[in-house]
Amino acid sequence: MILLLVAAHGVLALVAGLGGRILGRRAWAVIAVAPALTLAWLAAHAGRLADGEVVTASVAWVPELRLGLDLRLDGFAALMILLVSGIGLLVFAYGARYFGDDVGAARTAALLSAFAGAMLGLVLSDGFLTVFVFWELTSVTSYLLIGGRHQDEEARSAAQHALLVTGLGGLVLLAGLVLLGQETGTSRISELAGASPTGGVVAVAGVLVLVGAFTKSAQYPFHAWLPGAMVAPTPVSAYLHSAAMVKAGIYLIARLAPVLAPVGPWRPIVVVVGLLTMIAGGLRALRPFDLKQLLAFGTISQLGFLTVLLGIGQPEATAAGCTLLLAHGLFKATLFMAVGIVDHETGTRDLRGIPHLGDGWTATKVVAVISAASMAAVPPLAGFLAKESAFAAFVDGSSADRVVLAGLVAGSVLTVAYTLRLVVALVAPERIAGPQQRSVAERAPSWSFVAPAALLAAATVVLGLVPGLWSGTVDAAANSLDPSAHAHLALWHGLNLALGLSGLTLAGGALLFWQRQAVARFQERRRLPVTGAGVYEATLRAVLEIAGRVTSVVQSGSLPVYTAVILTTAVLAPTVALFGGRWWPGWPDPVGNTLHLPIAVLLVGGAVAATVATRRFAAALLLGVVGYAMALLFVVQGAPDLALTQFAVETLSVVVFLLVLRVLPDRFERRAPALRTVPRALVALGVGVFVSLFAMVAAGWRTAAPVSQEMIARALPDGDGRNVVNVILVDIRGLDTLGEVTVLLTAGLGIAALARAGRGRPGTEAARAADEGGAS
Amino acid sequence: MTERSVVLDTTIRLVFDGALVLSVYLLFAGHNQPGGGFVGGLVAAAAFGLVFLAGGAEEVSNRVRVQPWFLLAAGLGLAVAAAIWPLVTADAPLDQSAVEATLPLLGKVKATSATVFDTGVYLIVVGLVLTALATLGDEVEDEVEVADTVAGEAGPPPADGPGRR
Repeated sequence: MILLLVAAHGVLALVAGLGGRILGRRAWAVIAVAPALTLAWLAAHAGRLADGEVVTASVAWVPELRLGLDLRLDGFAALMILLVSGIGLLVFAYGARYFGDDVGAARTAALLSAFAGAMLGLVLSDGFLTVFVFWELTSVTSYLLIGGRHQDEEARSAAQHALLVTGLGGLVLLAGLVLLGQETGTSRISELAGASPTGGVVAVAGVLVLVGAFTKSAQYPFHAWLPGAMVAPTPVSAYLHSAAMVKAGIYLIARLAPVLAPVGPWRPIVVVVGLLTMIAGGLRALRPFDLKQLLAFGTISQLGFLTVLLGIGQPEATAAGCTLLLAHGLFKATLFMAVGIVDHETGTRDLRGIPHLGDGWTATKVVAVISAASMAAVPPLAGFLAKESAFAAFVDGSSADRVVLAGLVAGSVLTVAYTLRLVVALVAPERIAGPQQRSVAERAPSWSFVAPAALLAAATVVLGLVPGLWSGTVDAAANSLDPSAHAHLALWHGLNLALGLSGLTLAGGALLFWQRQAVARFQERRRLPVTGAGVYEATLRAVLEIAGRVTSVVQSGSLPVYTAVILTTAVLAPTVALFGGRWWPGWPDPVGNTLHLPIAVLLVGGAVAATVATRRFAAALLLGVVGYAMALLFVVQGAPDLALTQFAVETLSVVVFLLVLRVLPDRFERRAPALRTVPRALVALGVGVFVSLFAMVAAGWRTAAPVSQEMIARALPDGDGRNVVNVILVDIRGLDTLGEVTVLLTAGLGIAALARAGRGRPGTEAARAADEGGAS
Repeated sequence: MTERSVVLDTTIRLVFDGALVLSVYLLFAGHNQPGGGFVGGLVAAAAFGLVFLAGGAEEVSNRVRVQPWFLLAAGLGLAVAAAIWPLVTADAPLDQSAVEATLPLLGKVKATSATVFDTGVYLIVVGLVLTALATLGDEVEDEVEVADTVAGEAGPPPADGPGRR
């Protein structure tokens, strides 16, 4: 059933994508079926999940390597599914209204469904391979979604940025997962805890996995792609960059942290990167005038918060992290939707240009303010519960915990500050941008446009007021991550330090906002010369530059150089390996058959003569002599098939060779100076000596019985043929032959392409022109 | 157009049809005697090479009514089909099977499905060489024609004095 649900997303994506023109706006209804079904299925299993049971599904692929598709539904996966499918469903409804009858809407709908399916698969993944496959699928679909308006240069480069960073992270993640699997002998996350991994390799693997997760979840220094990705239409941002894709890295960190956190530098890295991201992201969020950019940096900051909570591997922090995960999805998606509504109806999302939002906008404003309040952790909303538990997790702890707490409080202060900026921007933007002439907004959003966001805002309120509704879910989630983690959500824990810190946070943030001009001046003075985006662009430029330089050196265009390099490498590498141990098997029998001697003379004589010949035709013909001598050798050795083939091939080769040589001058040009000839002679000599020695060594060291005996024995009974060579070609090694004839076909295409390409050469054109000019 | 060589033309008349028959024989006999798809294709290709030397790409395309790329494609298609067909009968791919029959006049005849695969190989080899002749030979022909014509233009040095210009 799990597999079916994941697959259903993909199938519906195909349907919506291919049938876009027919379906129009109904495409959104089509794709909404999949998340709806998923939620229904989840509800059906809710009871069992609460009791701690899990649902699994596996498809074996390579059992010997423990590779396969392994899916697992437990408490934490259920929590993520609420985000992925629940918010997904609402985003689809929002998107239907946002895009209206746009031409490209069906494509976006299809891609969103595909992405939702990939994300669902990711949160359900248990096996390492499964995780990686769905991870990359989310990267690819998000690339396509961000670059949706692909005529737009900005969209293309933003999509490329996202793909390069997350793709690179994916590769690093793969390395980490492989190391982890090899070292612990497991292939599933659920089995990791039992394997109790320790040691240097596991530590390295953990760091690699962290790097991969950081790229996906926009942590410093890999964060720059997220603000750039804001070029995507708002429904895409609301889904990908608040609820789903950026949570993928957090998800993986959360899954692995209880097991890997004590190993190696995991904990310090997570804390440092998370806090840095939270604070830096918050600082950056104080500046932009573009509301979506503000939200982007805000998201980066919140992701840093989540990284610390879920990555530190302490039970209380894990529980707090699960709470924040859900709360954050609720308020961030709503905020994105609200900004999108403003953008859609007024045409701008720059707070300096927002018109006065009049009567019809009350609902939107209320929704936005509620969600913003949740983000700033104002009681009695869901966000407040999350932050309270986060503070409470670090309040009574070691001194390291106190430091973390200080960082979290600082980040939260910044959160309040930029939240206020956002709220004021929506309600009274002249307070930030200065007094200005504001027009009045002409249109107000319809209720169906605001409805999805309103639903989420309502959920934020309800969940805040009635913690019992979701306490069980969060508890099950935390429990499935770390059996010793438990969540007790309540509005009032008594007057304690955590509450005091919350109050302090609110006050500090308000103060920061009140003094925003001073803060802005301070930030302007302290502006760092490097930015994340700048680093990315510089790296990209450097890579391209280096590639160009290396190519111009290596691909010099000189045929003798290429040949010399290839031959030298082909000789050197095996030679080094050859001298590894006892390598000389002794001289072979000198001459097996008296007929070999005249043939050898013919061979060697023809080859030597070909090198010293002065006329091209003569050289070509002498090469043909060498070929025929080889064929004679085959005849003497009793290989009629080989001899026949060699004769035929040699004949054709000589003919084609001479055909092409016809247009070249009769004699070879002036000989190259000795300086160039000597190295070439040395390389040729080296290759000759090496090949001879290698042949003798290879023939002399046979230890096992040759497989040819088996082939000869079975040719007639199993292959129905007396010609063993043909039976091998067509039957026993038929797959090789199939590959070879494909190569022949490709060679034919290459010949045709090269010949056609050379047809328009100046030589022929000028000659033809002279011809025509002279004739008239 | 370069002059046709009488020797080549006569040789072709004597040899061409026989060569084609020989190539087909090699194809079918390959499983039990020396031969096979590769050699058969090469012999046929050699025959066409001879025709090319005599009359150029035009002559070759007269004798072979189909385009070379069609032979290449048909050959690969046949080979792949022969490789995949056993999957239909629930065997491993490339599993060859034999069929025996007692025909009047010919007696007991045995054929294997390997011949189908071999035929694909044969067609590809012939197609490859024909492609090479058609594309390489064409350009070379033009160049040689141009070279001849230019040589003819330059020809014997103008003996009739300065009044020519």
